[in-house]
Amino acid sequence: MSRKIFTLCSLLTVLAIALAACATPTTEAPKPTAVPPTSAPAATAAPAVPATAAPKPPKPLVLGFTASQTGAQQVASKKQIEGLQLWLDDVKKAGGIKLKDGTIYMPEMKFYDDESKTDRVQALYTKLINDDKADFLFSPYSSGLAKAAAVVSEQNGKVMITAGAADDATMEQGFKNTFQLYTPASRYLTGAVDALQKFVPTAKKVAIVYEKDSFSTSVAAAAQPYAKSKGLEVVIYEGYDTGTTDFAPFINKIVAANPDAIIGGGHFADGTTFSKQLFEKKVPVKFVSILVAPPEPTFKDIGDAAVGIIGPSQWEPQVTYSADAAKAANMPYYGPSNKAFVDTYTAKYSSAPSYHSAGGYAQGLIFQKAIEDADSIDPAKIVAALDKMNLMTFYGVVKFSTDAKTHGKQEAHSMVYMQWQKDASGKLVTQIVWPLAAKSADAVLR
Amino acid sequence: MKTLKNISFWLLLVVIAGVAVVPIVQGNVSMREDAFFILMLVILASSTNIIMGYTGYVSFGHIVYFGTGGYVAFYLMQTFQWHFVLAALVGGVAASLLAFLLGNAVLRLRGAYFALSTIGINEAVRAFVSNFEPLGGSIGMFFNFSMYDAYGGAKNAGQLAYYAMVVLALMTIAASFLIKKSKFGLGLMSIREDQDASMVLGINPSRMKVITYTISAFFPAIAGAIFFFKNGLIEPGPAFELHRSVEALVMVMLGGFGTVTGPIVGAVVYERLRGFLITNETFSNFHLVIAGAMLLLIVLFVPAGLVGWLRLRFAAVRRFLE
Amino acid sequence: MNIEALIASTFDGLMLGFVFGLMAMGLTLIFGVMKVINLGHGPLIAIGMFAVLVMSQSLGINPYLTLPVIIVIGLLTGIVMYFVALHRVINSPELTTLLATFSVNMMITGLMTVIFSTSPRGLDVTLGSLQFGRVTILGTRVAAVVIAVVVTIALYFFLYRTRQGKSIRAVANNRGAAELMGINSSWVLGLSFGIGAMLAMISGMLLATMFSFTVLTGNALETKSFVIVVLGGLGNPTGALFGGIIIGLLESITTIFIPVSWVPVLEFVVFIMILLVRPNGIFGARSS
Repeated sequence: MSRKIFTLCSLLTVLAIALAACATPTTEAPKPTAVPPTSAPAATAAPAVPATAAPKPPKPLVLGFTASQTGAQQVASKKQIEGLQLWLDDVKKAGGIKLKDGTIYMPEMKFYDDESKTDRVQALYTKLINDDKADFLFSPYSSGLAKAAAVVSEQNGKVMITAGAADDATMEQGFKNTFQLYTPASRYLTGAVDALQKFVPTAKKVAIVYEKDSFSTSVAAAAQPYAKSKGLEVVIYEGYDTGTTDFAPFINKIVAANPDAIIGGGHFADGTTFSKQLFEKKVPVKFVSILVAPPEPTFKDIGDAAVGIIGPSQWEPQVTYSADAAKAANMPYYGPSNKAFVDTYTAKYSSAPSYHSAGGYAQGLIFQKAIEDADSIDPAKIVAALDKMNLMTFYGVVKFSTDAKTHGKQEAHSMVYMQWQKDASGKLVTQIVWPLAAKSADAVLR
Repeated sequence: MKTLKNISFWLLLVVIAGVAVVPIVQGNVSMREDAFFILMLVILASSTNIIMGYTGYVSFGHIVYFGTGGYVAFYLMQTFQWHFVLAALVGGVAASLLAFLLGNAVLRLRGAYFALSTIGINEAVRAFVSNFEPLGGSIGMFFNFSMYDAYGGAKNAGQLAYYAMVVLALMTIAASFLIKKSKFGLGLMSIREDQDASMVLGINPSRMKVITYTISAFFPAIAGAIFFFKNGLIEPGPAFELHRSVEALVMVMLGGFGTVTGPIVGAVVYERLRGFLITNETFSNFHLVIAGAMLLLIVLFVPAGLVGWLRLRFAAVRRFLE
Repeated sequence: MNIEALIASTFDGLMLGFVFGLMAMGLTLIFGVMKVINLGHGPLIAIGMFAVLVMSQSLGINPYLTLPVIIVIGLLTGIVMYFVALHRVINSPELTTLLATFSVNMMITGLMTVIFSTSPRGLDVTLGSLQFGRVTILGTRVAAVVIAVVVTIALYFFLYRTRQGKSIRAVANNRGAAELMGINSSWVLGLSFGIGAMLAMISGMLLATMFSFTVLTGNALETKSFVIVVLGGLGNPTGALFGGIIIGLLESITTIFIPVSWVPVLEFVVFIMILLVRPNGIFGARSS
């Protein structure tokens, strides 16, 4: 018996040591999940390039980022990476990013799994910068991870475009080379207050309830004074702990305060349960707008409880940004049309894009435009180009702050508000209800 | 002090220091980042081992001291512009004080009750900090980027943090060695084996346990201060992450419970293995499953851990591998 | 302060408390029989949640009719888990069994993440509701209470009236003596673990009818289970039921009086206090 155990032990130890040994050389510079640029599309796209410029072979351009392939951010991160991948496909199809002197840059992606954990993010971004010699950086998904990545990127003077990161405070640290695509948290629910006053002119009292995490707290902290400034009475302003499962007692408390509307929310599971319990308890409010959960397709799992819930979204498939709209607003339009993006995305991944996907694609698109504008890959010139940028894409208007304190913060992009409604056949669908100029359907009041 | 004449003590420290300077000599920043993280894990595992390996008290929520040290130091640096080294030391003392106060209460509990109470303490502190606005509440705290200018810019600050982590790791290992080889350590292990019998021998278990617990809180607290100094931001979730505590226990178990080198070996092997699994395309989806299976196999078949097993098997090893 | 909100919350908390009690009962039963804190408790709850999700969404079975299947899955999973991960180290110190069960936690969580990802899921079940002024009593909660009570009664019947159940109690009391009486303690331990896992999964199923969940929800509920079992006294199933009800009431009633984010602080402080003052739980004997 003891002999057997010994053999097993030795085998195990050998295995463990061998595995560790295998890991030693690779983890110094672990093999990244690289997507090599295929040369074929470049060749087929050659006719698009003037014959004289063709001889120059494309130079690789390494774009580094981390993806949350495991852990809490897995779902949204996957959508974001799919969007980014689609942009890369489009660039390859077009034969790369071309400068005026005929130089062609072919972007390639290098990324690692950050497991949705901030402590891994910083080590991985250092690795991307130093070992993989990433030329430019994109952000991981979620405010917390992007914040950690931005610190490393700034320390190394790299240019980074963030998506999936809406935190305000991050962008108020005097960063020089970080640029934010998402509408910041402080403007997430201010539109919901405007929408409320338009849809329910009689509304007087509003309850603001939010998850006690960094992102949702900053959203609520901005919505509260805004609601007050619009003459609304904030009857409840309370955060709930991350990981709260049961909202029933909290809802009783909210009902007791008798609000006309409820705005706030947090992330996926809590937002879904909250909506479900509001419905079950037949809470008599006319207007409910909560964060993050509603734009997620699995939100419809809760059935009828989803009807009427409004959610702020960075982008929805029905948005009306177009070349014509850009012309009317007197700004340039860049990139594919909204329809083209939705169609190619749906064709490639056989599921509809979410705003995370649009953010991922826009990351690449804005970066591409910055290179073209700068006509160089020199970081200083690219920063200058990004500073000057003011344009419309399928994802919306993009303009970054150039103020020293809030440099790189998103200034122009605005939220749309979607609502779950029932179509004629009783199926649950999402529609844009606000701003009115972009609406795809009228709002349904509860 | 007899230990200070012990060759293996100095050998161990020299080896660790030698390995730790490699990234600096080579000027390889990403290797330095890896080493920084591994050293941090070594500190967490070693200090967990000081309380757990030597006294048998399973501290599941030891990460509470990591977070406490981080928060105290961060607050001092951000609000009063204290120098990082001073702030880190005060963070360490504050966490030790907390451990002393709590230890007097919870170390009376034995076995599973103690383990559960440490989880409760960590969760209570995390929930409290999320609500405590002076520490930034659930948003946490930030450095303005210009704060690093006092240390010669963000890049130099990273270098400084690394040196601090190396020094701290050496101190932790030295403390772990000294405690084990001292009369004090012998007393602790007699508590571990049989608390009641040790009392008969004239040992005051509760006082010794509280002292050990206080020491074991000091090192992770400073590690937290260094980590969040370099991180530039601190939030309740990552600061008091129970999972990291459990990881430290796994490292101790992997390397060898109650040995000095065990937690070091455990931390290095665990982190390497994780890095390997997660970057390997075949395994990356299943990395949690494989890591779990490996842990189970070790718990079932090599309960003494890698170092412990070597010590059991080869008498010669025992002389220089503590 | 609003008296209607208070009454409504009391009902909500009371009803949820029964399910919490059932959930913690699995953990406490295992501890009582073999002195093991099952760190795989959370993922077992999650398996219950996803089992009912898969059966009702893919196969169209009414969520409540999946109960027999979940009982079988729970028993089998628990017995297999015991013999694979615990049997060999059942007499080792706590750390070993804690890590052994934690390794199972990692494996189940990892596997479920691969299969289901971490996106939030929910069941669309409604059983109507009764309305008395502001007090709404939901059909799903009534059903959950009924099932929790029936399962508890069945468990007690099993433990006190059947031969197998009596041998479980005998092993819990004194394993050595039970073995001398010819009881196969390995099988009894495996069976008790199976019952513990089964209780966790049933509670998971009931919670899934009330709340949205993800693969990781189970681990948050595991921490809550620790609080409940300590409150009721480790190893005491009746205590766990009352502990669950107390936690349910505590959470719901304090929410009305203090900001809701302070509720967990209060909960964990109570938890530590109980450990320090009455480590055998509020119903247990005062410790020396």
